[in-house]
Amino acid sequence: MKILVCISNVPDTTSKITFTDNNTAFNTAGIQYIINPYDEIALAKAVELAGNGQGTITVIHVGEAASDPTIRKALAIGADNAVRIDARPRDAWFVANQIASYAKTQGFALILTGRESIDYNGSLVQGYIAELLGIPSVSIAKKLDIDGTSATVEREIEGGKEVVQIPLPAVIGTAEGVAEPKIPNMRGIMGARSKPLEVKEALDVPALSHITRFDTPPPRGNVKLIDKDNVAQLVELLHSEAKVI
Amino acid sequence: MAILVYIENIAGAFKKSGYEAVSYAKAIGDAIGQPVSALSIGKVGAASLESIGRYGVKKVIEVNTEQLHHFVNQAYAAVIAEVAKSIQATTVVLSNSFSGKGLAPRIAAKLDAALADGAITLPIIKGEVWEIKKSAFSGKAIATQEIAAPVKVIALTPNTFEAVEAPTMVEIESFQPQVAATDLSAVVKDIVQATDKIPLPEANIVVSAGRGLKGPENWSMIEELADVLGAATACSKPVSDAGWRPHEEHVGQTGLAVSPNLYIAIGISGAIQHLAGVNSSKTIVVINNDPEAPFFKVADYGIVGDAFDIVPRLIDAFKVYKNH
Ligand SMILES: Cc1cc2nc3c(=O)[nH]c(=O)nc-3n(C[C@H](O)[C@H](O)[C@H](O)COP(=O)(O)OP(=O)(O)OC[C@H]3O[C@@H](n4cnc5c(N)ncnc54)[C@H](O)[C@@H]3O)c2cc1C
Ligand SMILES: Nc1ncnc2c1ncn2[C@@H]1O[C@H](COP(=O)(O)O)[C@@H](O)[C@H]1O
Repeated sequence: MKILVCISNVPDTTSKITFTDNNTAFNTAGIQYIINPYDEIALAKAVELAGNGQGTITVIHVGEAASDPTIRKALAIGADNAVRIDARPRDAWFVANQIASYAKTQGFALILTGRESIDYNGSLVQGYIAELLGIPSVSIAKKLDIDGTSATVEREIEGGKEVVQIPLPAVIGTAEGVAEPKIPNMRGIMGARSKPLEVKEALDVPALSHITRFDTPPPRGNVKLIDKDNVAQLVELLHSEAKVI
Repeated sequence: MAILVYIENIAGAFKKSGYEAVSYAKAIGDAIGQPVSALSIGKVGAASLESIGRYGVKKVIEVNTEQLHHFVNQAYAAVIAEVAKSIQATTVVLSNSFSGKGLAPRIAAKLDAALADGAITLPIIKGEVWEIKKSAFSGKAIATQEIAAPVKVIALTPNTFEAVEAPTMVEIESFQPQVAATDLSAVVKDIVQATDKIPLPEANIVVSAGRGLKGPENWSMIEELADVLGAATACSKPVSDAGWRPHEEHVGQTGLAVSPNLYIAIGISGAIQHLAGVNSSKTIVVINNDPEAPFFKVADYGIVGDAFDIVPRLIDAFKVYKNH
């Protein structure tokens, strides 16, 4: 089985997020980049599915050369080869078009993404790819089983879960529960250096949305501490001051 | 020209977030002088269909085809796009729910539309150019998104826009879509849904607990507190990893992002990855026995003390309040 895993490169979860150019651009100074945590889950699942030489894993990333360490890490975790579409991502539509255009001729049975990237939190790329390729998709999967020609997916719904079966090829966005992220071992890291990383030119697709400004969420007022022997005061404040009960 | 709002149902009852989307669409319709039609797909009773009129929308389009009684992503997207075209909609609004996230990009692609995902504000309309805010960097920033295409799709984040009542009579029209067999390849095998519980993503109040609770046997007081408040329960990641609570309760960077009016965190340290899922809550209350716990820095109200001592007292205090 041929599996494609889409990898995005995101600021480390503990990064302090600041902006430059009059709050119009994300400040990348001092930011440590990592594989998007949900994409690590997708990759770990792919490694599980492709185990024992039963399949091959290609990772694809739309981004500039600065992301190569992230791609190498994906190769160290277990992907067989990598493709980087050489462009700065403009928006999810742009990214999905690059990936769909590459995938169209490659015969992947399964295209995995993360449920969302932790920078722009869109959850859009998977749906766009699936629509562009005209195949089924599940945008947030909590469990995934493959039986050769179809995927059985447990997806989250408000207040519960739904089990859905879809034929392959399909696009699936993975969330917690699908697999445990894998840490690359020494052999993987050494081997990753010699695995192929192909760089391809991007299609010129116009972005359909633009982020024009960033703001930091309004700071919360200093915490009001309430004496533990007077919890009724909390109830009173929630009612009359915060007006939430 | 018109606005179409798709309203989701759970087992035939419209979701709260669906009414929020209706009210949001109505506000846009009023601003640009276009009529709003609401679309329901699936088996929904007449009373529910009529309830859409409470939020000022006069026209309801009902698609009640047998094949669409369960959610099928591809087919639903095709139907929504087909209806949008049939009424010449220039704006499609839906809720950014679990299902909505799967639908929005497909609908946008079918309509050659620009998509504003995760909207948390009404658009600022400057002619063709609309500015809509969304949360980014897991709640650490608010981004202003600009969309300008002639057709626009907006996915509204649940719990960020309050449904405003403006009762009117509704006219229900049924619509027979052309559903392609290839769009119906997904088969729903099973649905597990606790209908007696408030779904976490929709809850106005969330009572959440962490490793400070020591073990799963201590959750009865958390559930009781949630019961008294009509709240949903949630937890930190280590708690669901340890199997103390189900995974769907886990909030944070790798779990669910919630934005209730009130988030009560009990025995949770407030790690940055946890905060990512809760920092758009309107009011945060923290109960922790460590005065240095980082959660206090982002809290509105705090009690320093032992959860096992404070939670039972809080339950009593809320009961007293409820009985007044
Ligand atoms: C990539 C990544 C993603 C992550 N994603 C998430 C995520 O989505 N969600 C998430 O929650 N975490 C996530 N984490 C984990 C996160 O970093 C923290 O480890 C986790 O949130 C801690 O959970 P906790 O607060 O329940 O436990 P702890 O950190 O152990 O804190 C327990 C708290 O309880 C208090 N306490 C103890 N006893 C009592 C008592 N009797 N009464 C009152 N208070 C008491 C303690 O003072 C302490 O503050 C992630 C981590 C990584 C690296
Ligand atoms: N630049 C990118 N290159 C490759 N895959 C990406 C890129 N951006 C996003 N993705 C994939 O799409 C998923 C959803 O991203 P998003 O729609 O941005 O939330 C991610 O988890 C990745 O798997």
